[in-house]
Amino acid sequence: MSLLPFFDWCYATPLAETIRDSSWMFPVIEAVHLLGFGLTLGAVLMIELRLLGFGFDRQPLDKLAANTQPWLLGGIAVMFASGIPLFMSESMKAYYSFAFWIKMASLVLVLVYTFTLRRRITRTDSILERPRLSRAMAVMSLTLWFGVAWGGRWIGFS
Amino acid sequence: MSFVDFFSWLGDTDWSSGLHGSQYAYSIIESLHVWTLALFFGTVAMFDLRLLGLSMRNVPVSEVVDRLLPWTIAAFAIMVITGSLLFFAIPLRSFQNIFFRFKMILLIAAALNIWLFHARVYPGIAAWDSAAVPPRRVRLAGGISLALWTCIIISGRMIAYNWFDCDRQPQADIINFLTSCAGAASDLASVVGH
Repeated sequence: MSLLPFFDWCYATPLAETIRDSSWMFPVIEAVHLLGFGLTLGAVLMIELRLLGFGFDRQPLDKLAANTQPWLLGGIAVMFASGIPLFMSESMKAYYSFAFWIKMASLVLVLVYTFTLRRRITRTDSILERPRLSRAMAVMSLTLWFGVAWGGRWIGFS
Repeated sequence: MSFVDFFSWLGDTDWSSGLHGSQYAYSIIESLHVWTLALFFGTVAMFDLRLLGLSMRNVPVSEVVDRLLPWTIAAFAIMVITGSLLFFAIPLRSFQNIFFRFKMILLIAAALNIWLFHARVYPGIAAWDSAAVPPRRVRLAGGISLALWTCIIISGRMIAYNWFDCDRQPQADIINFLTSCAGAASDLASVVGH
């Protein structure tokens, strides 16, 4: 089954049309999208830096995770709330964009990782006793987030 | 030689026009600018939210500074380098762009805020380092910083749009004044007149 009809439908919605017809809506929503990404990355980094062994070593992992969780969720919520209208307004371009599919694949993987495995390993400090594993986890997470950022920026160039 | 003359000359140099017309270099530099921006804004937001007492309340402020500041500074350095290159690729248009000018003014305000914070607020940190919610003026510094960087990012994004560019006339007088377009407007009029 092809996703093309769905992309086509998105493109034709009144919301998509309104954004396309406006000269300022797309860039303003996009700037908000970028801010949401920055916020997400900041919240993610609090844990990943710890897993990489770069600091915050006086706090238990679960406390650090609990502290940053609202901002992580907030950042992701802002990204979705702004990203979906952006996508709809240019869904046909996205469908044929290699960068878009890289971004979506990275996004799905990183969200699944964040809300399953990452949530589990931040419940206790036991992962920190295996520094190589904890570093690998952090590198994987940051690489996937970079995939999201790379794809996101590159959609605009294609 | 006026700024307009100078940036006009700069934009005609081989290096500038080569960068602007390059197939990949410009896009890669711009991407680097945006990625490091996310890193910069992310670390700044986490720090400002701590100052506001909205995040990591049980982590001392000094520890957040120690751990995050190197990343913030590294990201900022890359942003300044890539941002300068982006300006260098399209100097005149950037110089006359209303959002670019607005962004530069906001950057100066952000620098002032950082200076005030380090000169007046941070030396007293011993009193509120471990406070869940720091005192009012600390929160004020954090809130101002967050607001300024948000506006800087939004105005930076808008530089890409040519709504108020000099070659799009007529514009309101105030716009032409703010973008130093007066000369360009009369040039255009003379071209149209012919």
